[in-house]
Amino acid sequence: MSAGAVLEVSAVTKRYGERVALREVSFAVRPGELVALIGPNGAGKTTLLSVLAGVLSAEEGSVGGGAQRIGWVPQQPAVYTKLTVAENLALWARLERVGDPQDTVRRMLEQIDLADRADEQVGRLSGGNRQRVNIAVGLLSEPQALLLDEPSAALDPIQRGRLWQFVEGLAAQGTSILFSTHNVAEAESYAGRVLVLDEGKLLFDGSPRALMAEAAARGEAGEEIDFEEAFAAYLLGREHGQRDPTGPLPGRAG
Amino acid sequence: MRWLLGKDLVILRRSRVLVAVLVVYPVAIALLIGLAISRSPGKPKVAIANLAPPGATVELGGSKVEVGRYYAQLFSEVQPLPVATRAQAVAKVRSGEALAAVVIPANIASKLSSVLSQGQLEVIYNGDALQQSLAQSKIQAAVAQANLELSEQIRQLASRGIDLLLQGGDLSQLGINQPRLLGLEQVPATLDGVIARTPPGHDRQELERVRELATFAAQNLNISKDVLATVGQPVQVNATTVHGRRTPLDTFAVVVAVSISLMFVCVLLAAGGVALEREEHTLARLIRRPSGAARRASTPADPAPRRAPPHRSALISPEGLVVEKLLLAAACAWVLAFAMLAGIGAFVTLEWSRIGLWVLALAAGALAFGAMGVAIGAVAREVRAASLLAFLLALPLAFLALVPAGAVAPGVYDAIRVVSAVFPFKAALQALDAAVNNSEPALGGSLAHLLGLTLLFGALARMGLRRA
Repeated sequence: MSAGAVLEVSAVTKRYGERVALREVSFAVRPGELVALIGPNGAGKTTLLSVLAGVLSAEEGSVGGGAQRIGWVPQQPAVYTKLTVAENLALWARLERVGDPQDTVRRMLEQIDLADRADEQVGRLSGGNRQRVNIAVGLLSEPQALLLDEPSAALDPIQRGRLWQFVEGLAAQGTSILFSTHNVAEAESYAGRVLVLDEGKLLFDGSPRALMAEAAARGEAGEEIDFEEAFAAYLLGREHGQRDPTGPLPGRAG
Repeated sequence: MRWLLGKDLVILRRSRVLVAVLVVYPVAIALLIGLAISRSPGKPKVAIANLAPPGATVELGGSKVEVGRYYAQLFSEVQPLPVATRAQAVAKVRSGEALAAVVIPANIASKLSSVLSQGQLEVIYNGDALQQSLAQSKIQAAVAQANLELSEQIRQLASRGIDLLLQGGDLSQLGINQPRLLGLEQVPATLDGVIARTPPGHDRQELERVRELATFAAQNLNISKDVLATVGQPVQVNATTVHGRRTPLDTFAVVVAVSISLMFVCVLLAAGGVALEREEHTLARLIRRPSGAARRASTPADPAPRRAPPHRSALISPEGLVVEKLLLAAACAWVLAFAMLAGIGAFVTLEWSRIGLWVLALAAGALAFGAMGVAIGAVAREVRAASLLAFLLALPLAFLALVPAGAVAPGVYDAIRVVSAVFPFKAALQALDAAVNNSEPALGGSLAHLLGLTLLFGALARMGLRRA
């Protein structure tokens, strides 16, 4: 076990029948770390987060670490659309058995900047605001580690910017955050560390800069490429994702 | 669990259409059934063309039987629309004003009087198959009743003739103008006196033969009245119920209606409640078991070596969720079903002293239906699919449970019995019938059956929730 790790994943394997969704995945997350989980579709990102959240159980391996409370924010907002924002937060706070539910709700409404819409039914909110409520529910228990599954998928650029500002603020306060994303640029911009997952296997664990350096060092990408291209080149080089290593890189002609 | 229950009640309250349906449905059903049961079925309108002359009588053995009594019996079972001719009767039927027409021919009295041929009535039908069936059954029943009435009159007339033949008397009763007639029963005694005064020989032998014939005829003619009565009504029905007391059809109809309503409200609410959690993506959030310190899965090398490290418990256990949804649906359906039963009680006489048993039977049925609904909801991915599945399962089950023995082949009936036994409708129907009508099978057995089904469907629902 890594010293001081909030979340420690050791050789986790998950199968759906014959199909192996996760293959001996191991990594650790330290306090206050913002870690991005990236990979192509079907790589196993949601499965890994679900195992860490306790929604799914792994056949092999272990999940441990120092975190006593792990928050989970699924990709689809998991809140009651017929309840108001405040009612949702109060309900989940009571289910989470937080000390003072009303105070927690008030604090959370301010934190997600929805205090003025507290009495509005969630079903009438925009996708972005629903996602903020969704994240707030994940934060109610004041978790040491927060798992975010594609948190910005349904958001417009402005909402996305506000979301990441909020998430960075949480990390700055010491909450460890592991988020999955399709948007590789987000991983580069906000994560201190990236985990590259493909076909259930953890291929890379390091900083975005290290990923770019590795791609360049292997001669799989030129010097003047961005992170997204480096990521694609890295996958191609590992013979994952697109199988034709001689083909053009995504986003680059020729 | 109470917070979740409170949340579901708030959501239910805000689903105005659903609440309106839940309230209006049993009230409407109760009113419809109550009115249908409390009012006798309407008599079909039948055009009657009575072409027989007024006051026509049937003459049998000099006595007259009124044909008018026959018509009265016939008309009592329908709503008669008198017309003058056959053509008018047909026109009434064609226009839809009458469901059927009966044409009584002019010669009906003479036909009946002749005894050599039957009287003929012409019946003309129109309308759809159901209307025809209703009119046909009413007219057939009326004709049968009228025939019975007529044959009884004829039997009484014949019986009086037989009495005269046996005992003798005034033949003017039979329209015969003769002096007082000797009865067959008196012939042997009369002949005995004559025989005693007749010297032995051929004449005396002949008289003795006549006396034997008279004795034989008197003895056998005496039983012919019973024979006539038997021929007039060969079969009489004496009803015996094998077990329990006979359930009146109207109160059984009440039990069926309440059971169906209980089933639909309960199954739909329970299935919808669980499916809604899945549709809103909250199910996984509710029943996930987040890791606390270490959470270790078994490994091939170390299959089950250590005690599981402490888990932080889920926000609500799957069992707790099953119980919460079941209780909510069962409570709502119970209230509505009880209100419905009480509402129908305004139209039909129910034994209110058995109210405690009603409560028990409805509660047991509601729990079993609730468990079945939760199991359906646990399988379905969304509310609409859950509702559809609930309807598709519940409706045939209700029909199957009502199929009587003998209506289908024995093998098919056995299969129906098995299917009905593994779903709660039949047991709930029997429990409520026992509670309301004191019928068999006894309430205890049905309650135990429902409890078993509640546990079975509860376990299935728990298994279904694994796919959070």
